[in-house]
Amino acid sequence: MADHKGVLVCGEAIEGKLAGVTAEMLGGGRKLADKLDEGLSVVLLGSGVKGLAAEAIACGADKVYVVDDPLLKDYQTDAYVMAMVNAVNQVAPRVVLMGQTSMGRDLAPRLAFRLQTALSMDCTELDIDAQSKALIQTRPVYGGNARAVFTTESLPQMATVRAKAMSPLPRDDARKGEVTDITAGIDASKIRAKFVQKVKEEVTGVKLEEAPAVIAGGRGLGGPDGFKQLEGLARLLKGAVGATRPAIDNGWVPTSIQVGLTGKIVAPELYIAIALSGSSQHMAGCSGSKTIVAINKDPEANIFREARFGIVADWKQALPAFTQKVQELLKE
Amino acid sequence: MELIVCVKQVPDPEAPPASFKVDPATNKVVPPPGVPPVISTFDETAVEAALRLKDAKGGKITVVSLGNNLVRDVVKKPLAMGADQLILLEDPVYENGDSWSTAYALSMAIKKIGSFDIIFCGRQAADWDAGQVGLGIAELLGIPSITLAKKVESVDGKVKVERIVPDGFEIIESPTPCLITVTNELGEPRYAPLKGIMRAAKIQPTIWKPQDIGVDPAQIGASGRRTKLVKLFQPVKEGKCEIVEGENAADAAAKLALRLREAKVL
Repeated sequence: MADHKGVLVCGEAIEGKLAGVTAEMLGGGRKLADKLDEGLSVVLLGSGVKGLAAEAIACGADKVYVVDDPLLKDYQTDAYVMAMVNAVNQVAPRVVLMGQTSMGRDLAPRLAFRLQTALSMDCTELDIDAQSKALIQTRPVYGGNARAVFTTESLPQMATVRAKAMSPLPRDDARKGEVTDITAGIDASKIRAKFVQKVKEEVTGVKLEEAPAVIAGGRGLGGPDGFKQLEGLARLLKGAVGATRPAIDNGWVPTSIQVGLTGKIVAPELYIAIALSGSSQHMAGCSGSKTIVAINKDPEANIFREARFGIVADWKQALPAFTQKVQELLKE
Repeated sequence: MELIVCVKQVPDPEAPPASFKVDPATNKVVPPPGVPPVISTFDETAVEAALRLKDAKGGKITVVSLGNNLVRDVVKKPLAMGADQLILLEDPVYENGDSWSTAYALSMAIKKIGSFDIIFCGRQAADWDAGQVGLGIAELLGIPSITLAKKVESVDGKVKVERIVPDGFEIIESPTPCLITVTNELGEPRYAPLKGIMRAAKIQPTIWKPQDIGVDPAQIGASGRRTKLVKLFQPVKEGKCEIVEGENAADAAAKLALRLREAKVL
């Protein structure tokens, strides 16, 4: 095992571009690789992904391994596990990083068990112990109520990384790197669970993850009509509407706007939390926001422990007045 | 259909965050006094997914839970909801495991159960949030897996799953036997009716000790861990919320907007 070296990031593409979390992992992975005094590489799996190699190098990678195969066009567990086992065996990294995405959540545990190694999911901090070269893995646990720090002995050391937990490097197109093709080595007959089709749930307006302001509502809004009333404020602030898990589970709003541990992770400039208690599970998805503002009628609600500004008020009276005042102020 | 559901007893995640405590000496969570444990939220959704399939196609649901000092009223809840059989891997040796040792013990128990069509697990447990055990079981048993299911149907001997992705869902088809992890978007688990609670009271759980499932004790519980917990701690919260006051809700709201402008947030 002594010949395991370097950090390997498992890259992802979204709509033909390098995913945000991949650039973030290259930023974080660069620091780990420099501490190890070893290389940083990235593996790009998919169909027609070679064009992203230059972008990955500009984001910090020394080496790019391209695994291009039509069988990798859509994410399928068995195909991706086979291709990653193949890539990891060839590259023999000390550390493997993946995004805590719908792919990473599915792929990383199966890959770790196949490779007989250990894995920490959803890490928010990673570091290297200078002496042992061990990967120090910090992750939120108990729905965000606590943090746990883990180390593992088997190689490669594996972790998935939460979105927005690490910072990408400033893009540098002058960086030099090496691009190598790897065969996928997929036995098509061993793909059991098969991708049939994708159904997109269209959300109009600003994308939640990219919105400068997020107006989030919870159980206290009482139903879909309550959420409708958030839209006006969201439009004013060029923001998007988010929701807590209970609102999703009650079917009030589409699942795609869930913010939290099991939903989307957002870090807008302004997060306005309306009629939501601020459970740890929810805060896990928005605690990176620059300013959190709370409107809640319960002065004991946990959200007031998380927010920077707040009012103790019933949202039904507060929201129209707040929206109107914001509109006036923005006109000035 | 023969359905298996893996469930875990956890400290109630809905307990107020202020009651959450960690003992730094042992690196363990101190359960809040007077708050009984529950079945992990997503595991209850997994039970619901199995029940819906049983409602549609008939069959039998076996629930498996691993731990020690399992509270009978808690782990019997799936029976009260409509599951048929409960197997408890209950022994001090099973305690303090990680994803590896837990998946190994559960996979050995499932081998002993024998034939099945689908194993259901929650997408992640409400305590350690690891999200690995289900996929670990699938890998150790060598069966296909589908994660983050919000809908599960049985069609022509195959399972058809709607799998949640950030901008919608994917439709995945898999042969059986397979393992499916379930997410909350599947919908609220049903309530246990009184009749179900009475029926569950009469069902004796089957207890399997490590020797009953033929596991190597070195590979389960704390001794089978592959991850070392260095530290467990509670992040420090600054908690400096500035509460804006007003004559009434509307006035406070308007003043809040002004304060945000003043602070250059707006």
